[in-house]
Amino acid sequence: MIFLNDQGVTFTHWGHFMGTNPIIRTLEIGLIIGFLAHIVQGLLLWRANHAARPVKYGVAKKPAGTWYSRSMGLLGTLLLLFLILHTVHFWIPNRANQFIHGEELPLYQMMFEIFSNPWIVLIYVVGCISLFWHLLHGFASAFQSLGLNHQKYNGIISFVGIAFSVIVPLIFSLMPIAIYFEWIN
Amino acid sequence: MKITLKVWRQKNRDSKGAFKTYQVDHASPDMSFLEMIDVLNTDLIKKGEESIAFDHDCREGICGMCSMYINGHPHGPLQTTTCQLHMRSFKDGETITVEPWRAKAFPVVKDLVVDRSAFDRIQQAGGYVSVNTGGVPDANEIPIPKIVADEAFDAAACIGCGACVAACKNASAMLFVGAKVSQLALLPQGKPERKQRAERMVAQMDAEGFGSCTNTGACEAECPKGISVTNIARLNREYLGAMLTSYQVEVGGGE
Ligand code: SF4
Ligand code: FES
Repeated sequence: MIFLNDQGVTFTHWGHFMGTNPIIRTLEIGLIIGFLAHIVQGLLLWRANHAARPVKYGVAKKPAGTWYSRSMGLLGTLLLLFLILHTVHFWIPNRANQFIHGEELPLYQMMFEIFSNPWIVLIYVVGCISLFWHLLHGFASAFQSLGLNHQKYNGIISFVGIAFSVIVPLIFSLMPIAIYFEWIN
Repeated sequence: MKITLKVWRQKNRDSKGAFKTYQVDHASPDMSFLEMIDVLNTDLIKKGEESIAFDHDCREGICGMCSMYINGHPHGPLQTTTCQLHMRSFKDGETITVEPWRAKAFPVVKDLVVDRSAFDRIQQAGGYVSVNTGGVPDANEIPIPKIVADEAFDAAACIGCGACVAACKNASAMLFVGAKVSQLALLPQGKPERKQRAERMVAQMDAEGFGSCTNTGACEAECPKGISVTNIARLNREYLGAMLTSYQVEVGGGE
């Protein structure tokens, strides 16, 4: 919506909707719980899987398979750092303000302030790149783990998975980039 | 061929092992990897040293005993068993490192020998079809589509070697269990017990201390029998289905 370049009219309208609509606010809580469960479960899995091989190999060659499928913990951690930064920038101050003063913050203006710092833009972009790799494995992997794949549908699952993991992080990362390079003003 | 071997030596379960370096001066490129070790062992015995303990049986790629982690790969650089690996796959003068499988569920017994009885216990938990007494059924009495029979046959090719566990960064046994569950779940004879089979074999697998599958696909690439990870998806499907619908209802009270 910021790409409409209309001084944030559309963005602010939908931002207000997202911040006040009761259904969205309920889903938001679900999302937070989901994230926490995913993180806790991921860490438990990581610990159990490390315990399954107490003595490591002397010589370890690069195994078959993709590096990112083996690096979900690392990618997830980078993603978490980005997520913390992002919520500290926007979500937490906005919800706090809503709670205390009953008013929303001017998110559109805040974006321009925050994304004028090249370091923050860089961290956002790194976060989105991690998101890309994380999803690229995670999407198809979830189908495999639930046993929901099938010869007939594997093609479409992998296509949707790749498309989803490219499009979502790309649009996310274009926001700080576009603002930093003043494609939007 | 001249080969330098770095072999893991460990006296028993409880002792601390270490790599020891050996020189093999007369290896033929046509020898299998096991035969090369046989030659080295003969030398060691002649010198009065203790020979290297390793598992082997059929030496034709069907028993799955010859577990060795060679130069960072289970069964060495090729997708075969160690007994089917020949010295021509190595370069003259190469240094080759040989280690036992590394997994909590496969404790080292001695040198390169690991205890793989965890696999047997998983099989005993449900990897069978109960046959009750009665007349011998006619072989072709139950029609099975060719494509399904082929799938089941491919899964049944698993020799229980444990290379999947050895290759997996999580030491997960899902490929093995996937193959064992699949070969029976696909066929009508295996269907009556499929739910309890999936539940019990997975429970036993977890109890043995194998890791969990994170779908990296390393197992499939190292399996000497080319077992596909689609069997893991089938296992997941069987297991989830069983969890949701199995008949094993526990009834409390009564006294
Ligand atoms: S699935 Fe393949 S690697 Fe694993 S035990 Fe069976 S034959 Fe060996
Ligand atoms: S010794 Fe039987 S498979 Fe290698």
